Amino acid sequence: MKERDVVFIALFAALIAALGLIPKLTLAFGIPITAQSLGVMLCGTVLGAKRGALAVMLFLLLVFIGLPLLAGGRGGIGLLWTPSVGFLIGWPIAAYVTGLIFERFRSAPTFLLATLASLIGGVLVLYVFGIVGMAWNMGKSINEAAVLVLAFIPGDILKAVIAGAVTASLLTARPQSVLSRT
Amino acid sequence: MLSFNSPVQTVWHKVPVGWKFLLVCFASIFLFVFDSLYIQCIALLCCVLFYAVGGVSFIRIGAKKLLFLWPILLVIVVWHGVTGTAMQGIAFAIRLISIVALSNLMTMTSRLSDLLALIQTALTPVRALGFSTRALEIAIALVVRFTPVLIEKGSTLFDAWRLRAVKRVNWRIVLPMSLIAMDDAEHVAEALKARGGIRAFASSHERSHNTD
Repeated sequence: MKERDVVFIALFAALIAALGLIPKLTLAFGIPITAQSLGVMLCGTVLGAKRGALAVMLFLLLVFIGLPLLAGGRGGIGLLWTPSVGFLIGWPIAAYVTGLIFERFRSAPTFLLATLASLIGGVLVLYVFGIVGMAWNMGKSINEAAVLVLAFIPGDILKAVIAGAVTASLLTARPQSVLSRT
Repeated sequence: MLSFNSPVQTVWHKVPVGWKFLLVCFASIFLFVFDSLYIQCIALLCCVLFYAVGGVSFIRIGAKKLLFLWPILLVIVVWHGVTGTAMQGIAFAIRLISIVALSNLMTMTSRLSDLLALIQTALTPVRALGFSTRALEIAIALVVRFTPVLIEKGSTLFDAWRLRAVKRVNWRIVLPMSLIAMDDAEHVAEALKARGGIRAFASSHERSHNTD
C-alpha cells in the first residue's frame, strides 16, 4: 500500500472522530444520531471501497481498545455489548458497499450517485447489521428490533443526501484528492 | 485528549493492560452465557467494589462515564416491561451497566501508550506469519496524532461559524472539515514520502525500539 493511501486512511479515521464534535441528536432507543455515520459514508465515496472500509476499521480498532473517539467521548470494548453494536460492526461494510457503488458507476452524475451509494451502503446495508445486532443484544426478534430503528431512517436518508452533496463539492474543489476517482 | 485516563491513581493502574483486557473479555462472555438476574446483580456488585478500591471520587468519575447509557437502559427496561419480560429486561440492563463499567475501568486506568502497545502485542501472530504490520502501525500513530489536530481545527471552524451566524452549527461544517483532512493528508503523505516512505519510517521506528 502506498504512503498516500495509508495517510488518507488514517486522516479519514481521524475525520470520523472529529465529526463527533458536531452536536448529536439522540432519538428514542438511546442510539445517537451523529455526524460520524456521515463520515463513514464519506469514507466510502471519497476513499473508495477498500480504503474506505480500512479507514473505518482503523477507527473502530482504536475505539474498541478504549480511545474515546465516538461521539460523546465513548470508547472501549464494552461498546460491543450495547444495542448499537450491529451498527458499529456494520460501519466498515457500509463504507465498502458505498465506495464500491461510487467507484463502479463513474459516468453517473456525482451528486446523485454519491447519494444513492450512501443510501444503499450507509443506510440499507448498515441497517441490516444494526437490526441484527440490536435483536441479538436485546433478546428480541428481528421484526421487533426493526420497528425500533424505523425512527432513525429519515435522519440517515438526510445524511446520505448530505454525503452526496459534500462528495460532489469535494470532487470539484480537490479532484486529485478524491481517491475513489483517481 | 485521546484518553480516558483517570487522574485518581488506583491499584488498577498497576495491573498490566493485557490482563485487564482479558478480564473484560472473559467477564463479558460469562455474563452473556449466564444471564440470570441473580448473577447479573452479583457482577454489578463486584463492579462497584472494583471502583470502590479507588475511593469516592473515582466512583464518581466512573459513574459519570456511564451516564450516556441511561436512554438505552430506559428503552430496554420499558420495552421488556411492555412485552411481558420485565425481569429479563432488568437483567439485560444490569449486564450492560456491568460490562460497560468494566470496560471503562480498563481504559480509565490504562495509559494511551499501554493501550497502543496492546495492539502491537495483538499483532505479533500476524508478524510471525510473515505479514508486515508497518502500515497499520503508522496509520495508528497518524490517527492518534491528527485526531486532536482535526478536532482543534474543527473547533476553530465552529467558533468562526458562531461568530458569523445566528443558527447553531450544522452539517455545512462537514465540507470544510473534510477539506482540512484531505489537505493535511496530502501534506503528510508528501512529507512521509520525502523521508523515505513507510519502509524507512518503520526501520527507524524499529531501531529506536531496539535502542530502548
